[in-house]
Amino acid sequence: MLNSGISVLFEGINLQRLLIGLLATLRVALISVLISIILGIIIGIIRTSKNKLIQIPFRIYLELFRIIPILVWLFVIYYVIPANFDINLSSEVVALIVFSLWGTAEMSDIVRGAIISLPKHQMESSKALGLSPVQMYRFVLIPQAAKRSIPPMINLITRMIKTTALLTMIGVIEVIKVGQQIIEVNNLQYPTASFWIYGIIFFMYFCICFPLSRFSRKLEQKWAA
Amino acid sequence: MENLTFDWQYMIDVLPHYKTALWLTVKLAFIGIAFAIIVGLICSVIQYFKIRVLSNVVQVYLEIARNTPLLIQLFFLYYGLPKAGVTLSGELCGIIGLTFLGGSYMAEVFRSGMEAVTKSQIETGKAIGLSNLQLMRYVIIPQAFSYSIPGFSANCIFLLKETSVFSGIAILELTNTTKNLMGIFYKTNEALFMLVIGYLIILLPLTLFLTWLERRVRHAEFGN
Repeated sequence: MLNSGISVLFEGINLQRLLIGLLATLRVALISVLISIILGIIIGIIRTSKNKLIQIPFRIYLELFRIIPILVWLFVIYYVIPANFDINLSSEVVALIVFSLWGTAEMSDIVRGAIISLPKHQMESSKALGLSPVQMYRFVLIPQAAKRSIPPMINLITRMIKTTALLTMIGVIEVIKVGQQIIEVNNLQYPTASFWIYGIIFFMYFCICFPLSRFSRKLEQKWAA
Repeated sequence: MENLTFDWQYMIDVLPHYKTALWLTVKLAFIGIAFAIIVGLICSVIQYFKIRVLSNVVQVYLEIARNTPLLIQLFFLYYGLPKAGVTLSGELCGIIGLTFLGGSYMAEVFRSGMEAVTKSQIETGKAIGLSNLQLMRYVIIPQAFSYSIPGFSANCIFLLKETSVFSGIAILELTNTTKNLMGIFYKTNEALFMLVIGYLIILLPLTLFLTWLERRVRHAEFGN
């Protein structure tokens, strides 16, 4: 009974459709990861400032994304903005907004943590050498901070890719949604389709995230020495 | 812009729904986290002592649980498994999913906590003739516990937030209740406002408590 269900994957263009859905998932993840890396580095550097007026708002921004679940953020942006401000946002755009905001907040914390964990004399000696602030960041701080922040950044990217699974809840046509469509269409012919389709999606996510988390651990071990 | 008003009466009317949902969220999260701690402890001890075969099994489990989204794990449990003859209720699926995911995160935290206990501590313990069990009970666990508290509290908050994903499998927790109420009454602003407040009610005290706990157990650290 269960064995016959797997052929649903090879029926028509089902597997192809799943892969196209996976591409939609990855597109959202990739774009928001790129945006969050760029903005995260900028905001992370800004957040190393000792000025309370700069620290506090960014801290609140970060904590908001840490305390409120991402799914709730997706719902808030998806339902509140169009209803109150007469702006039409497609669900994919909502996803990009939420993931970029979240990613930026977390990235900035990683970058900030990496910079302030550098020994103080690094900054002082570059000042003593007469480097300008831009030169100090470019040649002294960023290369060192990069080694400390890249492994956690890759971990965050893995987390963002995993969280894209939630996009199906606001109606983005991504891999899970496509899977559900396939299950519904084939329900009569293949009653066990859901076992196999969800199984294969499970496997797909694993295939993407496992190498990434492996890679980050390798880098961590390499750079720790 | 004029739509951005709040119907306070409506919010009072639906308050009982939110109360039930809040309670359910807390309950499921609490049970899930409790089991996750147990699973995490067992796995971390297995990994720490590098028990043959078992530690490989644990490694495979950790990789699978950490590299797949909870939503897919739940969908598989809730919609997929019944086709293989195993039917579980939604809440049970939620607890199993949370334990499966949380156990792997807890294991990681506990293991690194145990590895942070210095070798001299263990050697000293052995030198004064403690058995392995005593060594674990009196030397390693108390110190490892204090080392793993920051990671542990981050995990608790993470797992509590992950319960929002349960709305995908028809458990009436906070997020799903909100979705239903929005579907019935179309009071989007009010419902989502209550949802955010609901999470704040759970997470703010928890965050404060965990921060306090973190400071409190630091005393157990060697050298303080």
